[in-house]
Amino acid sequence: MELDKFSYDNGIVRKFLIASVVFGIIGMLVGLTAALQLVFPELNAGIEFITFGRIRPLHTNAIIFAFVGNGIFAGVYYSLQRLLKTRMWSDLLSNINFWGWQLIILSAAITLPLGITTSKEYAELEWPIDIAIALIWVVFGLNMIMTIIKRRERHIYVAIWFYIATFVTVAILHIFNSFELPVTLFKSYSWYAGVQDALVQWWYGHNAVAFFLTTPYLGLMYYFVPKAANRPVYSYRLSIIHFWALIFIYIWAGPHHLLYTALPDWAQSLGTVFSIMLIAPSWGGMLNGLLTLRGAWDKVRDNAVLKFMVVAITCYGMSTFEGPMMSLKNVNAISHFTDWTIAHVHIGGLGWNGFLTFGMLYFLIPKMWNTKLYSTKLANFHFWIGTLGIIFYAIPLYWAGFTQSLMWKEFTTEGMLAYPNFLETVTQILPMYAMRAFGGALYIIGVFVMVYNLIATAKTGVFVKNEDAEAAPLTSTYKAHAGEYWHRVLERKPLVMTVLAVVAVSIGGLVEIVPTALVKSNIPTISSVKPYTPLELEGRDLYIREGCNNCHSQMVRPFRSETARYGEYSKAGEFVYDHPFLWGSKRTGPDLAREGSSKLRKSDSWHYNHMLDPRTMSPGSIMPPYPWMFEDDLDVENTNAKIAAMRTMGVPYPDGYEEGQAMADLDAQRQQIADGLAAEKYTISKEKEIIALIAYLQRLGKDIETEPVAQQ
Amino acid sequence: MSVMIIHIVVSLIIALGFLGAFIWAIKTNQYEDDYSPAVRILFDDEKKEKSQPITSK
Repeated sequence: MELDKFSYDNGIVRKFLIASVVFGIIGMLVGLTAALQLVFPELNAGIEFITFGRIRPLHTNAIIFAFVGNGIFAGVYYSLQRLLKTRMWSDLLSNINFWGWQLIILSAAITLPLGITTSKEYAELEWPIDIAIALIWVVFGLNMIMTIIKRRERHIYVAIWFYIATFVTVAILHIFNSFELPVTLFKSYSWYAGVQDALVQWWYGHNAVAFFLTTPYLGLMYYFVPKAANRPVYSYRLSIIHFWALIFIYIWAGPHHLLYTALPDWAQSLGTVFSIMLIAPSWGGMLNGLLTLRGAWDKVRDNAVLKFMVVAITCYGMSTFEGPMMSLKNVNAISHFTDWTIAHVHIGGLGWNGFLTFGMLYFLIPKMWNTKLYSTKLANFHFWIGTLGIIFYAIPLYWAGFTQSLMWKEFTTEGMLAYPNFLETVTQILPMYAMRAFGGALYIIGVFVMVYNLIATAKTGVFVKNEDAEAAPLTSTYKAHAGEYWHRVLERKPLVMTVLAVVAVSIGGLVEIVPTALVKSNIPTISSVKPYTPLELEGRDLYIREGCNNCHSQMVRPFRSETARYGEYSKAGEFVYDHPFLWGSKRTGPDLAREGSSKLRKSDSWHYNHMLDPRTMSPGSIMPPYPWMFEDDLDVENTNAKIAAMRTMGVPYPDGYEEGQAMADLDAQRQQIADGLAAEKYTISKEKEIIALIAYLQRLGKDIETEPVAQQ
Repeated sequence: MSVMIIHIVVSLIIALGFLGAFIWAIKTNQYEDDYSPAVRILFDDEKKEKSQPITSK
């Protein structure tokens, strides 16, 4: 048979690799800055654009979508062409995918420091960017599916299934979680409220980890580990089981982010059960990757690529064991809201994603530049300093998380909180925060060494932009053997595969979300809970803009240690008007759900001073000051539009409230706060932003105190 | 939200149908060749090796 002559597109792979490294460095440096700000709050320098609340989402988005995202595209574009023995279907789409993605990253890098955010973790980008993400993602998927259709290799290798599942699931998750009602070009409200918003968000958030940081990288593992070791994967059968089991189970695990919250108990239990089940496919996959090196461990000693990959897979194993453990309610009671979670995700991020990307880079750059790695010594140095970096990063944070959690829960023999001042539990762990920053710095040094090594490598070679290849065309006259029909349908029809993958992931998501959305009794309404006043609503938007939810939760869990500290535990009915929900996932500072309640209430002037310089009210606090909120006037241009948007989503403001009355109420309320402050000798114009923020903070937790909880 | 409900019910019915097909395929041992694909991916560079040395070490 005549062989087709064609070429593989290495140019697109090179572009994505470079983007991954460049944005990886930026994302890591932003992370290091955020880590240092926790130790040296002065590093905020009073600049609003680099406060922790704004750059923490910048760090997570840069690492997930820019570093890992570009890494995914690079690895997929490289391996897909070779596994299918064809060039990408369309070079144009490849390039639209590349430039579109970089534009999205650029817009994220601009909007997040400006405080343009939805507040939903890993989905902070506002609606116009959400639409762009969906479009570019579809371009990627279309290019991939069409490439699969015109392939010259009949069998679809397991790695490609992982890529397909990634495409399909991320598309669904992104679209469902991004249902927003735009108010202006840069402001929208989540369509869901309170507990429903939380469920959708963490269904997305968990699966962002599962289907953006895990499944595509498992695909890369199944391609690059065998290639780098030049041995077939340990068990191909296991890889098939790994794939199906993982995508069927992963999608159900989201609620483990909401244990002990106001999410209905059945949903929490479901999340826990499926999280535990996840150990099986995850460890099956990990062992499959590691055992691929059986009888070839001597290669690991000499080969930097394999070293990185072995540690990456080991980290995958550790975090996929730890994750299910943290999903147990008794463990979660300790670990949630603490730095334990941060340590956990960095085992995954630095170890699994980072090291696999580095291994891929050390493998691909010499290959595509047709040369040898410039320095094995430097690669080994990178490996060791990177590994040390991970250890120095994670261990202090495990320690910090555990220490702080135990301090929160400690009672004296008289039955009082042993550490009633939250700040004590923060200053206790500052040395651990410092060590964490040191670990992160080591890791980044390693990356810089890698960049030098890779540039030197590229200089010694010549880049092969289009790599010639040849393969026999796929015959269309394939005859199915008896009893083989379904095998062929499943394995060789990418569209059917895609549909099946959609189905597998949809069932899990739908079964969890639908009952919560439909069953009214899941959200008992509380008659005393009323919508926010216009001023409070504006204050809430400032809270979102400044990213307060990155450090402050608004969710009192039903533990004695929490009710003693914060007051009545949180109920689902309290959040019915919260578009979006602001429960948070981390308590770097104290919970604020009851900040305005009679138990915790502070004076307006306390908040005034605290926001101007937290250390005047709480010596030793690591919260940044917010001086600009005392200088900038509150933007009330869109207040009416915001009220109208809330009414569209069913928040019961009176008819026509946005046509005058809302602004009158807003003005009266801020006049009252400004007058109150003036009486305490704090002169400030009522127009300033800080007035709105104080109004919001003083409202928190107040509603359920006005009358006894009435459940319907 | 009511649009979502219809959408979901329909999806669920189709989904379960496909799920059944998938389980049936597995149970009747449709994945019979679970060895050669893993080996074949290692060979795709063979032609290239003649003209271009590959190194990653």
